[in-house]
Amino acid sequence: MTRAHGRVSPTGAVTVPVDPGPERSVTEVLDPGAARDARRHRALVVSLQAAVLVVVVGGWELLARTGVIDPFFFSYPTQILRQLWTWTVDGTQAGPLWQQVLITVEEAVIGFVVGVLLGIVCGVALGRVRLLSDVFGAYIKVFNSIPRIVVGSILIVWLGLGIASKVVLAAILVFFAVFFNAFQGTREVDRNLVANARLLGASKGQVTRQVVLPSAFSWIIASMHTSFGFALIGAIVGEFLGANKGLGYLITFAQGTFNPAGIFAAMLIIAVVALIAEYLMGLLEKRLLSWRPPQLSGADL
Amino acid sequence: METPPPERPEYGDRAGEPAIALTGVTKRFRTPTGGTYTALRDLDLTIGRGEFCAVVGPTGCGKSTTLTLVSGLERATAGEVRVHGRPVSGIDPDVGFMFQADAVLPWKTVLGNVAAGPLFRGMPKARAHAAARDWIHRVGLAGFEDRHPHQLSGGMRKRVALAQSLINEPRILLMDEPFSALDVQTRALMSNELLSLWDQTRPAVVFVTHDLEEAIALADTVVVMTAGPATVKAVYQVDLPRPRTVQEIRFDPAFIELYQQIWQSLRDEVQLAYARQTAVAGVA
Repeated sequence: MTRAHGRVSPTGAVTVPVDPGPERSVTEVLDPGAARDARRHRALVVSLQAAVLVVVVGGWELLARTGVIDPFFFSYPTQILRQLWTWTVDGTQAGPLWQQVLITVEEAVIGFVVGVLLGIVCGVALGRVRLLSDVFGAYIKVFNSIPRIVVGSILIVWLGLGIASKVVLAAILVFFAVFFNAFQGTREVDRNLVANARLLGASKGQVTRQVVLPSAFSWIIASMHTSFGFALIGAIVGEFLGANKGLGYLITFAQGTFNPAGIFAAMLIIAVVALIAEYLMGLLEKRLLSWRPPQLSGADL
Repeated sequence: METPPPERPEYGDRAGEPAIALTGVTKRFRTPTGGTYTALRDLDLTIGRGEFCAVVGPTGCGKSTTLTLVSGLERATAGEVRVHGRPVSGIDPDVGFMFQADAVLPWKTVLGNVAAGPLFRGMPKARAHAAARDWIHRVGLAGFEDRHPHQLSGGMRKRVALAQSLINEPRILLMDEPFSALDVQTRALMSNELLSLWDQTRPAVVFVTHDLEEAIALADTVVVMTAGPATVKAVYQVDLPRPRTVQEIRFDPAFIELYQQIWQSLRDEVQLAYARQTAVAGVA
């Protein structure tokens, strides 16, 4: 750890160390040789990553162009880019491309927010109140064992082809992921922390808000990372099942017209959306969990 | 020197009653395998107001259980626990507790942690923060108000915990091996600090420890507990003058004599507890 600790003199006076300033990375405090090695390693990794990309994408293009693989089924990178260009300039079958992206993102985001909030509220409530978990635990397990995608069909029947059915499907997918983590996180709160807060005078509500929730947030945030992915799946599968707009609709249309380039192009857009969401989630995590000690870096995927 | 702490309104408080009185207290726990484990059996113990009492005994004998009963975190299976003459029926706002493990909230700053008690009890934020700053200063952490616990050393976190308990001005302070995780030097410093802070408000203290030297250096009375199920084996008065400096008092001849006396009593229990532990280990 790079933080200096205060020195305590025998008289009990404390000499305050100068604020160490923003956290420095681990490599910087090591000797310059190690820092140079780290930079070299980083450069090596980046260039190898670029090489992998060139080989895979270039290889695909080459194999399709030379006819080793059938471009009709497999398409190829430049054809996918051309598809994206056409969609952007001329619009898609369902209207302008940005509109399709926006609709899918809207469904996913609303479903995500609703699912996360419900998941946290229900998870913490069941984690804190024994009676609730005893009564509802079994039902939640049963509902959870139903493959969520089939719920989508009944949602289309109930809510129609519009945005509502997709939002609800996305929310259901997100809810379970967040719920189980919030529940577990609530159960795993350090008993000493709870006892200490109670002894200091905290009411049950204060313990929930100021001890249980912040503690469970490490778990909840972990589930939020994966659950935006679930929200996107919910929105797109909902569109597969029945819609006349959105990225999922573009994919079904491309599938129906034997247009692999269209499927790949939509996949590419979805990937970009997911990556942006992942980045935003990282920012949120940093903010909410700023009290945690900086993690020692390791391979992270 | 002998000025009593300012009296606070004593609701339902019987004057003349001791701070803590345990009579015939038994505590059994249900074990995960379905059996019962008796932690305390027929324990009688009285601690006067403003008295500093150290409880020593072999590891795992039920010393901590005694504290949880007094604090109201757990109920006695049999017998009676009274605090200031009132039977304990829940968490008492007059009782402070310092845990063996870190129990400060890691997501709150030093200021937030120390101000937590008054805020939980409904004090306005400005006043709570002012009081917290005062206590942070008193425990020697001025300048660290905005740090989070992970940015502090173990000794500093203990200071936060101490300020966190004392800001509520408890009339009883329960301490469960609070300094056992600290290195020897920091421990001695913290002990001195504790004594001078205790002298300011003079709460009754129950200080659980397995370190006899620490117990004698700090306390007015030392209670020796038997190997589990625990009960009181003997109580010793420590008539060493105050104020004390814990690093130096152990060279006092009276200290050494007392140490030998109490150790005679404690040794048998420690050996018994150790023999049981190794027997269990041998079977397993």
